[in-house]
Amino acid sequence: MSEILVQIDGKEVKATQGMTVLEAARSAGIPIPTLCHHEKLEPFGGCRLCIVQVQVGNWKKHVVSCVYTVEENLIVTTRSEKIDKIRKMILELQLCHAPDSPELLKYAEEYGADKDRFEKEASFCIHCGLCVRYCAEVKQKHVVGFVDRGIRKEICFIPELAAKECWDCKECFPLCPTEALQAAYVLTKSLTAATEPRSNL
Amino acid sequence: MPRINSSSELKKLREAILASRDQRKPCITLCSGSACQATGSGDVAAGIEAEIEKQGLGGKVEVRKTGCHGFCERGPIIVNHPEESCYFQITPEDVPEIVSQAGNGNKVVDRLLYTDPETDEKIRFESEIPFYKHQERLVFGSNGSIDPKSIDDYLAIGGYAALEKALFKMKSEDVLEEVKKSNLRGRGGGGFPTGRKWEESRKAPGDIKYVIVNADEGDPGAYMDRSLLEGNPHAVLEGLMIGAYAIGSKEGYVYVRQEYPLAVENLAIAIEQAEEYGFLGENILGSGFNFRVIVHKGAGAFVCGESSALMTALEGRTGEPRPKYIHTAVKGVWDNPSVLNNVETWANVPLIINKGADWFTRIGTEKSKGTKIFSLVGKITNTGLVEVPMGMTLRDIIYKIGGGIPGGKKFKAVQTGGPSGGCIPEKLLDLQVGFDELTKAGSMMGSGGMIVMDEDTCMVDVARYFIEFLTDESCGKCVPCREGLRQMLKILTNITKGKGTQGDIELLEELSEVAKEACLCALGTSAPNPFLSTVRYFRDEYEAHIKEKRCPALSCKELTAYHIDPAKCQACMICARKCPVDAIDGGKKTIHIIDQEKCTRCGTCFEVCPSRFNAVQKLSGGPVPAPIAEEERTIVRKSKKK
Repeated sequence: MSEILVQIDGKEVKATQGMTVLEAARSAGIPIPTLCHHEKLEPFGGCRLCIVQVQVGNWKKHVVSCVYTVEENLIVTTRSEKIDKIRKMILELQLCHAPDSPELLKYAEEYGADKDRFEKEASFCIHCGLCVRYCAEVKQKHVVGFVDRGIRKEICFIPELAAKECWDCKECFPLCPTEALQAAYVLTKSLTAATEPRSNL
Repeated sequence: MPRINSSSELKKLREAILASRDQRKPCITLCSGSACQATGSGDVAAGIEAEIEKQGLGGKVEVRKTGCHGFCERGPIIVNHPEESCYFQITPEDVPEIVSQAGNGNKVVDRLLYTDPETDEKIRFESEIPFYKHQERLVFGSNGSIDPKSIDDYLAIGGYAALEKALFKMKSEDVLEEVKKSNLRGRGGGGFPTGRKWEESRKAPGDIKYVIVNADEGDPGAYMDRSLLEGNPHAVLEGLMIGAYAIGSKEGYVYVRQEYPLAVENLAIAIEQAEEYGFLGENILGSGFNFRVIVHKGAGAFVCGESSALMTALEGRTGEPRPKYIHTAVKGVWDNPSVLNNVETWANVPLIINKGADWFTRIGTEKSKGTKIFSLVGKITNTGLVEVPMGMTLRDIIYKIGGGIPGGKKFKAVQTGGPSGGCIPEKLLDLQVGFDELTKAGSMMGSGGMIVMDEDTCMVDVARYFIEFLTDESCGKCVPCREGLRQMLKILTNITKGKGTQGDIELLEELSEVAKEACLCALGTSAPNPFLSTVRYFRDEYEAHIKEKRCPALSCKELTAYHIDPAKCQACMICARKCPVDAIDGGKKTIHIIDQEKCTRCGTCFEVCPSRFNAVQKLSGGPVPAPIAEEERTIVRKSKKK
């Protein structure tokens, strides 16, 4: 692996080819907030919280660091007024769904996000996809997935598969950044559905 | 069908097709595109065939069912060849006369000709009708003269000559150079230079490369790609083949909406016919070039028009975008280099190869070359598909071609670029259409939607409508799009309902800024445009809604009330009878009054009040005048007093 030298927040960081900006930054102890990132999973680029500014030559742009890979002479800025403003808004948009999530609240404090800025909407899922992707990529079971799209999108355990796989696993519960109970609730619904006759579904 | 194995065999085939056709024989060409089918061209077609039989004109008069002619407002359309007299709004009742006149020395049926609304004169030829006269129909023009289900028709007008030229007279790098030189830019939205995209794929490592037609046209009111694919599928295929040759691809896909059944059908027929002749398959025309095309029907998500989402869907997965920090031209379908171009872009390619980049670059503006097809809809007299050279002004398109705004109403704005485009106000009507020009005005070219709005249109409601569409079509993968649009829609809906508050505009602006910067794909980054462009040019309308609870266009239901002017009401009872909720009190000789509590603001009374009375008024922003006193409600007719 060839070594690539990048500059993150004014600090020279040694990275290797194929590494993402997020990985490079974290390896150097530079924190970047994330909600949908997990070391064991393929980058998703959904929460957009890890947005940073990169500069290649004279060209500056905002990218999400969990997906963007390092290149020679890359200059990365992880905090700026603009970046903080975007992160604050992203957190506020999520907090209306999960106002008590410890992870969200931790970041909210850092970025001055107001958890009451938007009207509360009861769906504790923030669509980070950690449970879905963990089940697919690590466990290779594909028991939990997303259904529908956009604002109607939600996670769903496939009842028949859940009845077979989930009792002894539940490894997705602690991954949930908002409320493990949310996953438990959705799973319970599916398990109940699996044991009920078809006509009741 | 014989398989064509060389350039000379193609020449012979073309000659044979032309020789078998008597160009002097009357031929009734009937538009059979989706729009005309909706206005009854299917029945007209059946009628023509039956009538030819009945009048014993079989063999003497020909019929050809073509694709869309563009003037959809006046469909079904017939053009009688070889003279090319055009008839509009044909009904089955008109058919016997059309057929008999065609059989009778192809005489003109005067009453079915177009009447120029300005001069009141009849116009016989398409090329002289204002709607067509100001167009330059390079890509779309052939639609009207060929049967899309017949490859012979396409060959008769010179089809596949560009492919032959590319394969036998040009090296693949020459083809690429020609397209680069033409400055052709993508017609699907972004306007990315096509040649550059091709070059990126050509240079990208890998043996497997794909070329793809993006026929996932999803903008409300837009149907350019649909009509091209329905009416001239071979032109699109020919472009695709040439592109494949240029980048070194052996396999192509057409990603087409399954909601376009006629396009899917005609495309499938075209592919089958092209395979039979050997324009597709192994060793095409004996050149050694191999290429096949697969049709993929989209399952119906607007976001799949976005390149990475389309490719993900093509792979059989949920159609969601993925980050494109590496272009799909380098890493696309199954991580292979993939060139994706829109239907209209591909259809331009054969023209460029046939006539050359120098010819092509003579049309259009400095940075936007060639022509563009627009779907001209909304509050416009001549609804239809129009193809104009880049650089024509919006004013010319709307007034010269579109015939202006119907009903004596005033123009307010034109929305271009599809749902994530923007609204352009009257003061910018002299703007030339081009990729950069429209972007600078806060809108975009998009795939060519053009929705005209008149004074009755509320711009806040327009923004709300498009944001609602985009909220519905957001895939939900990234937060600023899914959640940001959800909040934007809530705020906009509140404003149109009179529940807007101070600070709403600023919050919408902040949400827009975040979406533009942080969304994953172009659907999200461009989604705030409907709001941004309307607030840029019509901020006063937003403020009127928020501060005065007034809708200046008198369009938002919750902010509009209906009132009967007692001085004008003639107590005709029409509105009272038509009111669906019995909210109108009145009788003969008794001035009518609307019960504001009962009224649902459906607008029926406003529409049915005879225009000579014009007694029903729409009000917004102020209190509704109190009903007149009971004793003053009786009308004493002057004429009857005598």
